[in-house]
Amino acid sequence: MPEHEPIPGWEPPSAGERKRILDETRSIAIVGASSNPARASNFVATYLRSSSADYVVYLVNPRETEILGQPVYPSLQDLPEVPDMVDVFRRSEDLPPIAHDAVEIGAKSFWAQLGLWSNEAAQIASSAGLDVVMDRCTKIEHARFAGGLHLAGFDTGVISSRR
Amino acid sequence: MSDHTWGFRTRALHAGARPDPTTGARAVPIFQTSSYVFEDTDDAADLFALQKYGMIYSRLGNPTVSAFEERMASLDGALGAVAASSGHAAEFLAVTALAEAGDHIVSSSHLYGGTITMFSNTLARFGIETTFVDPTDVDGFAAAIRPETKLLFTETVGNPSGAIADIAALADVAHSNGLPLAIDSTFSTPALCRPVEWGADIVVHSATKFIGGHGTSLGGVVCEAGTFDWGSGRFPNMTEPVPTYNDLRWWDNFGEYSYLTKVRNDHLRDIGSTLAPMHAWLFLQGLETLDYRMAGHVANAQAVAAWLHEDSRVAWVNYAGLPSSPHHDLSNKYLPAGPGAVFTFGLNGGREAGSSFIESLELISHLANVGDAKTLILHPASTTHSQLSDEQMAAGSVTPDMVRISVGLEDLDDILYDLDHALETTHA
Ligand SMILES: Cc1ncc(COP(=O)(O)O)c(C=O)c1O
Repeated sequence: MPEHEPIPGWEPPSAGERKRILDETRSIAIVGASSNPARASNFVATYLRSSSADYVVYLVNPRETEILGQPVYPSLQDLPEVPDMVDVFRRSEDLPPIAHDAVEIGAKSFWAQLGLWSNEAAQIASSAGLDVVMDRCTKIEHARFAGGLHLAGFDTGVISSRR
Repeated sequence: MSDHTWGFRTRALHAGARPDPTTGARAVPIFQTSSYVFEDTDDAADLFALQKYGMIYSRLGNPTVSAFEERMASLDGALGAVAASSGHAAEFLAVTALAEAGDHIVSSSHLYGGTITMFSNTLARFGIETTFVDPTDVDGFAAAIRPETKLLFTETVGNPSGAIADIAALADVAHSNGLPLAIDSTFSTPALCRPVEWGADIVVHSATKFIGGHGTSLGGVVCEAGTFDWGSGRFPNMTEPVPTYNDLRWWDNFGEYSYLTKVRNDHLRDIGSTLAPMHAWLFLQGLETLDYRMAGHVANAQAVAAWLHEDSRVAWVNYAGLPSSPHHDLSNKYLPAGPGAVFTFGLNGGREAGSSFIESLELISHLANVGDAKTLILHPASTTHSQLSDEQMAAGSVTPDMVRISVGLEDLDDILYDLDHALETTHA
């Protein structure tokens, strides 16, 4: 992960904390979902819905109506339930208003994907009590703890004598 | 999961190897299977499209091999690893994942002879050109870089010249030119040097040597740091659509994971130089004791080098652990626990004395390998480096009188006894 300036009042969550956030999550809203199967958002949505991860996934994008056979919602406010996590695939500049929306609807965590970073968004969400993760991929982090990353030869950092 | 930082010896025993969830087996099972049953057709489709992690076919991945890969990545401080059927296969995968016809690499001239041949012969036939430079001349690497250069390549400890790479300086040259530094760290292993900590991007090992440690199996591994920017435009095969995977782009979809994901799912898939599960298992056994064995190897090597250095029957000794070595300072910097256990020396009496000496040994084995628990010896000019031209040999500092020793874990007194006895016979 590239070096980032420290953000007052927020520490990037450790591996253990990221695992807890994912364990406490049942539903995820993907903001910036794309219908293009080659785009990371489409790719990650497929994984998060698959039997490996088994989350309830809501797709958000005002310019799309259906992706992966699922309805697409114009905004976070339009979802049929409050998602546990808001997972963003937009540009870093777009993060602060989405963080506001995540706080407003009552999500438990705000997650910005690989390559995304915003001091302002982190402060908005974390000061409202949300868990905040940035510049990480939900698919990769889930796979780190669920064993997928291990099978792909990556260092998960997991050391355990338990079954 | 705790946030405790586990030590090297603990990770050498545990990384990548939780108890088997199905059986509770504490040792890593040998998954001797070519293929894996899918849950259903959706599962199969997701796996084939890389939308899900899991096993498909053992050319691409096998759980025993995964355990070895994760353990190597952990010990090397890398993001991940892809294992290969030999050290050579690992080098080929690492380099040709980036370089293709029309591209160029800059490499140290002091490499294992087989690697020089791979670059100057096979890669050249595939249209990849290599410029070989003196590894002690950092500016020489910089001067050889061209627009079509894809990486810099060197060995941590040169085989057999013993030259120590100035890893941090080479990483600076590479990075300021937008290039990755790839390094073959076979002779040092992660126990003695972790090049990623000094800025190297790609680290390859022949696991055949000290990682296996017992001279039983061939294998190799490519580790990668995961910190290089593959999106600069200089690596089109990392950023352009991949037709065999629904036009995904490695860098866009996998970010820091992209190089290793490509090496495995594109490159190993097509080339097929996969590590066998049985060998991965033997390497896991080797890694468990790596730190202890390397300490024993280095202690014996240092003592043998000092003993030879004092002996009037010996013309010269080139071991970076000796203060007389021109590589001693770099060795202290990058290999503070010692520069491994492979080094060279020459006998008074030149080439003939060298062969008579090797033939007089009783304990030390004359063979073409290094990094066995047993002490090994070789005359490079007539074996490993015999396919090189005189100029290539001179550029790699291989002289006709050179003897290469890989000091093992026998009792030091017995190694010295055997050397003394053979020197006596040679000079009688
Ligand atoms: C430094 C170095 N790299 C690579 C190799 C090739 O490894 P393998 O024989 O496992 O293919 C060797 C083998 O001697 C070596 O010494």
